[in-house]
Amino acid sequence: MKLWRSIRGTLDAFWITLRTLFRRPATIAWPEKRRAPAERFRARIVLTRDPQGKERCVACYLCSAACPVSCISMQSAEAPDGRRYAAWFRINFARCIFCGLCAEACPTRAIQMTPDYEMCRRDPLSLLYEKEDLLIDGPGKDPHYDFYRHAGIGVAAPRGTLPGERPPEDPGSLLP
Amino acid sequence: MSPALLSALLTTAHVAVLLGAVLTAAAYLVWFERKLLARMQLRLGPNRAGWAGLLQPLADVIKLLCKEDVIPAAADRTVYRLAPALTALSAILAFAVIPLGEPVQLFGLEHQLVISDLSVGALFLLGLSSLSVYGVTLGGFASSSKYALLGALRALAQMISYELPLGLSLAPVFLLAGSLSLSDIVRAQADFPFAVLCPVSFVLFVIGALAEARRTPFDLPEAESELVAGYHTEYSGMRFGLYFVGEYLNMLVLGSMGTVFFWGGWLGPGLPGPLWFALKVGLFCFVFVWVRATLPRLRYDQLMRLNWRWLLPLALINLVLTAAGAWLLRGGV
Ligand code: SF4
Ligand code: SF4
Repeated sequence: MKLWRSIRGTLDAFWITLRTLFRRPATIAWPEKRRAPAERFRARIVLTRDPQGKERCVACYLCSAACPVSCISMQSAEAPDGRRYAAWFRINFARCIFCGLCAEACPTRAIQMTPDYEMCRRDPLSLLYEKEDLLIDGPGKDPHYDFYRHAGIGVAAPRGTLPGERPPEDPGSLLP
Repeated sequence: MSPALLSALLTTAHVAVLLGAVLTAAAYLVWFERKLLARMQLRLGPNRAGWAGLLQPLADVIKLLCKEDVIPAAADRTVYRLAPALTALSAILAFAVIPLGEPVQLFGLEHQLVISDLSVGALFLLGLSSLSVYGVTLGGFASSSKYALLGALRALAQMISYELPLGLSLAPVFLLAGSLSLSDIVRAQADFPFAVLCPVSFVLFVIGALAEARRTPFDLPEAESELVAGYHTEYSGMRFGLYFVGEYLNMLVLGSMGTVFFWGGWLGPGLPGPLWFALKVGLFCFVFVWVRATLPRLRYDQLMRLNWRWLLPLALINLVLTAAGAWLLRGGV
């Protein structure tokens, strides 16, 4: 009967809440207990270095262009050996939504996400991270990747001397 | 000291202690509800202020006292200011007639454990619960805000409607006890609590009490998800606090009414009377919170249909049957 079913359905719910009362709460009481986020958790962003310890970033602006909230800004510069770098590099974490699109866009694996999520501040200006704050000493994820081993002009080695390459043809010579 | 002076002093002290105890109980009822509700939802509840969050009510009061008291420009200022006090007052006044135990001997004087044992105590309680409608409704009307107005309208209709089954569910109790004095009603339950003798009345009373206290599943006047906060949307600071305290005091009052009318008040084996009373009221509060954790809010038409189509006829039938039963048991004069 419909009435009977309604009454039973109502009373069943009481049993469920009573049972739940004696179960262990699912809450993790944060400052005392911190759970380690997954390795690929997307939080604070860092700039990494290549295996030689040089800055990976070549100031290509791809991350800045990919960022949906436009919170990355930089100024590119060129070293005397032709290697590009960022004269300054700034991420506004007060605006960042930690979507990870910048890390995905980066061709040199310079910009990477880390699992460090505890970055609440009272003053939003203290969330403006400059290059010094972002740059870390190690290579982060993908430690052996070195962009200049594969691309870039005359920086890693003279042209055509990298593994798997042939020296460039001399167009002035007529011989094959 | 003359006995008259001593008795006046005793009564004053009694009032002061009762007021303190009741307000503290209401504050900790908030803590109790938040904690219990949290555990029923697999959360921890307040746990920062003091051990297990026990200082949370104090922190809340300090916060409310420090908040700005905003009065909307278009509000009716006098009514707006007075309405919250009316709600809290009508709840506090109810404790004047609620008996906590048998009279005790203090300093050679017999002292009643009730401030005033009115011969129509039950009517006094019902009258106060009608008065508390005014606090809610006037507050909502005076705010001149659409949410508050809607909340007040709902509260008005709901509380007036549910007063009927609430009052009618008590009528069999009065019939069986043969008195309207709360102490006499309690003493009439020495053998059986009335919840056993008239279970239908008891169920009706609990449903009516939930509606009178404006608690889930009858919290339409506040309905956070539709009306912001219902009739007290515009209130802030301690005026909001008064509404809040009034609501929890109301819960205590209705719990006490349930205890007195249906579970034999202070009567019980072993423990002293007031302790039994507090235990029973606590159990009522637990049930109120339990219901809140379990049931969703009714729709307005469901609310009205439940009352007029089910509760009210049931209450009337129950009253007639109980009266007939009592008449037959007494030998059908
Ligand atoms: S994570 Fe997203 S929002 Fe943050 S800097 Fe990268 S692209 Fe911008
Ligand atoms: S971090 Fe990567 S994507 Fe951004 S400018 Fe540097 S190299 Fe380009």
